[in-house]
Amino acid sequence: MTQIQFAAPGTVADAVKCLADANGGAKILAGGTDLLVQLRAGHLAADTIVDIKHIPEVRTITIEDGGFRVGAAVSGAELGEHPDVRRAWPGVVEALELIGSAQIQSRASLGGNLCNGSPAADSVPAMIAAATICTIAGPDGQREAPVEDIVTGPGQTSLAIDEFVVSFFLPPRPPHAGDAYLRFIPRTEMDIAVVGAGVSLTLDDEGVCTAARVSLGAVAPRLLLVEDAAAVIIGTRLDDTVLEKLGAAASAACDPIDDKRGTVAYRTKVAGVLTRRAAAIALERARAN
Amino acid sequence: MGKHHVSATVNGDPVEFLCETRQTLLDVLRDELNLTGSKEGCGSGDCGACSVMVDNRLVCACLVLGVEAEGRNIETIEGVAQGEKLHPLQKTFLEDAALQCGVCTPGVIVAAKALLERNPDPTETEARYWLAGNLCRCTGYDKIIKAVMNAAEEMRGA
Repeated sequence: MTQIQFAAPGTVADAVKCLADANGGAKILAGGTDLLVQLRAGHLAADTIVDIKHIPEVRTITIEDGGFRVGAAVSGAELGEHPDVRRAWPGVVEALELIGSAQIQSRASLGGNLCNGSPAADSVPAMIAAATICTIAGPDGQREAPVEDIVTGPGQTSLAIDEFVVSFFLPPRPPHAGDAYLRFIPRTEMDIAVVGAGVSLTLDDEGVCTAARVSLGAVAPRLLLVEDAAAVIIGTRLDDTVLEKLGAAASAACDPIDDKRGTVAYRTKVAGVLTRRAAAIALERARAN
Repeated sequence: MGKHHVSATVNGDPVEFLCETRQTLLDVLRDELNLTGSKEGCGSGDCGACSVMVDNRLVCACLVLGVEAEGRNIETIEGVAQGEKLHPLQKTFLEDAALQCGVCTPGVIVAAKALLERNPDPTETEARYWLAGNLCRCTGYDKIIKAVMNAAEEMRGA
């Protein structure tokens, strides 16, 4: 068994250098809840592990331009303990908190959940619905990209070999805005989404929806931003007829796998139901803000 | 590349050890430091038998690299009793017969202690959800929860 190198850079620039030096052989360690499982199973094609948790901006939550900058390796427990983020983006916080046990919550992060590249990642549809922007570091400095542009297929990302996600920007919330994420699993806890649905929406003073984003997980090879579903609710008050159409639009976007945890027909139907219910929760939250 | 030289604090004592990158904190505790109280059940973060505290956060030691322990404060089941004096959770686990084979017990006690330090008065539902990451294959959950609730009561001085 070959030895794996380990690096724990303290700055973004040093981390990029570690990645570049490894020439594609490096894997990023954030919370490690996926990485260490892959390492043990012998599925980790890496000769270097780069632990990014010594980089301050990867580990902190700060208020920025009225929104929040959340470090890529901030844990679920830490995000959940931040009352301002929870108030502004409860759907994102709850989505990350759905992942695993208390033990997992001490380590699991938004950055790891995204870059692991699972089509069933819980926090990612919530981040996509929230119009979250990633800050990505590379040899030429930093660039920004919407979360929906990162995962290109199961286990695959659009990041270059010498790039990594430093942090996420959750935008400021206007009045009357709310978000929600729901997932379906066959048990009450500790499972992987069969379907996940994230909805974020904004109302005007009369209660008419002026902006919305809808995202689905686990129903296609990659996480989906479903613009057709958002278009159904924008300009409406989200009455029951609109919610029915929203569900139909979400189901129409699905291209799921067929396995023992859910057939194609089942996942497609549940995607519609969950999207409707998530929209109803987001609506209730928006009305309360 | 040789082994990593790591300095950490384990149960209040400074320790130093050598490890390879692929060795987990659980491997290090058991094989390098001879602290075999933390058990390996699954090795993939599902069962919680290796639950320990790292900088006051509950983690699965099998999902932490040994080299990540550098400078960290680690608490294991071996540090729960004060010398001969058992922790209230250890006492109630004995009194309530909350263990059968005992492999899950160290992890359950470490996790339950973390719960009671954050929330001294949990509901049974809160205790069950908090311990959802600790599997007991003897299926003694009712007794485990009873022991945790009884320890909580004792610790509140009720």
